[in-house]
Amino acid sequence: MSRSLIAGAAGLALAGALLLSPAAQAHKRWLLPSHTVVSEAQWVTVDASVSNDIFDVDRPYPLQALQAVGPDGEPATVDNRLEGHRRSVFDLELTQPGSYRLTLPGQSYFLSWQENGETQRRRGWDGADALLAELPDNADQVSLTETHSRLETFITMGAPNTTALKPSGQGLELQPLSHPNDLYEGESARFRFLVDGEPAEGVDVELVPGGTRYRDSQDHWTLTSNAQGEITVDWPAAGRYYLEAGFADDQPDHPKAQQRRLQYLATFEVLPL
Amino acid sequence: MRPWLFVITALFAGVAATRAAAELRVEVEIPRMAVAEYHAPYLAFWLKHADSGDIVPLGLWYDDQEKWLKDLRLWWRRTGRTQSKPYDGLTGATRRPGTHSVDFSDLPALAGLPAGDYELVVEAAREVGGREVVRLPFHWPADSDRAVTAKGDTELGKVTLQVAP
Repeated sequence: MSRSLIAGAAGLALAGALLLSPAAQAHKRWLLPSHTVVSEAQWVTVDASVSNDIFDVDRPYPLQALQAVGPDGEPATVDNRLEGHRRSVFDLELTQPGSYRLTLPGQSYFLSWQENGETQRRRGWDGADALLAELPDNADQVSLTETHSRLETFITMGAPNTTALKPSGQGLELQPLSHPNDLYEGESARFRFLVDGEPAEGVDVELVPGGTRYRDSQDHWTLTSNAQGEITVDWPAAGRYYLEAGFADDQPDHPKAQQRRLQYLATFEVLPL
Repeated sequence: MRPWLFVITALFAGVAATRAAAELRVEVEIPRMAVAEYHAPYLAFWLKHADSGDIVPLGLWYDDQEKWLKDLRLWWRRTGRTQSKPYDGLTGATRRPGTHSVDFSDLPALAGLPAGDYELVVEAAREVGGREVVRLPFHWPADSDRAVTAKGDTELGKVTLQVAP
């Protein structure tokens, strides 16, 4: 059972749907930059993969929706997009001092209904209407869930800045109170989660240190955002960390959807000092 | 460089030129390594005010390759990343193994340095090697000739700070 996607009363109905739906148990997805803190202009390369093996690649993640934002808030240059058999990859050009944000937004729908006493389910990535068109006339107990996901990571050349990190005000986002490229072993970082631009209490967050392939346990830990939408992350060691946050409510965009699931997934690098 | 330092530097730059400056000299040993691939370490020197944490960059030894400056992790976070070429303080090429002396006494930043307890911080980072930070506490200005010594374990040998009024 997906442990981090259920929040509050709104999540209870959803929990039933998820239990019935192996398809809704999303795999982990991540962006992994080759470098996060650099001291001169250069290219960096980034892997994008759907993989529960943190951070070893398994399957490619589509790059069509990729957004790269530079320190001035303008789009940054991306080159060499490749969707391989086991991972996607692209290069990002760092040309000016400051912080770059990479975002891969995604949207999908989950439809379930009763037909002749049996439960039917479909998941679609091509919009709700294409999915709804599959509904038979005798469908009963129709339920449509809208899912928004957001994969992010951050890279800084020179001194960090926050222009590219400004939240869009849509869906589940992370507002960094600690800069995501100023993370050090033994220190704590504070992040605030926003839903549609407002601090969100009760966001469930999971953190997994990289390197799961070489150990017998996930070594993950979980946090929940407080009334101010904030979490405090204590970094136990230098390394790369996978963060997955989930929230559910009844505020979908699509008029025929009842539920909205929001996912925020990010990769952070913590350095020794 | 912090804005207030800019101001102080500007105010005292002229003063420093006209009076005998207090002394601040450092002797640092770069250990000889029995390794197949050796690159001389990058070194950074700075002062940290004990109470305020304010940083005064003193010097940087690197080979004009800014790409590796981030590997002086502590220096990079404390001051390097907010600078650009030319870096603050006395900059120069990397040094080979041996004992090297560097005299920071004439740095404009020292002429305006507020009295107080400080640490001299020396950080070394070597390609295909390690990183080490050595700290030497002292008071500024010195009431008499003083020497403080510390010793690194890996990338730095004996480090001696000499201050004089």
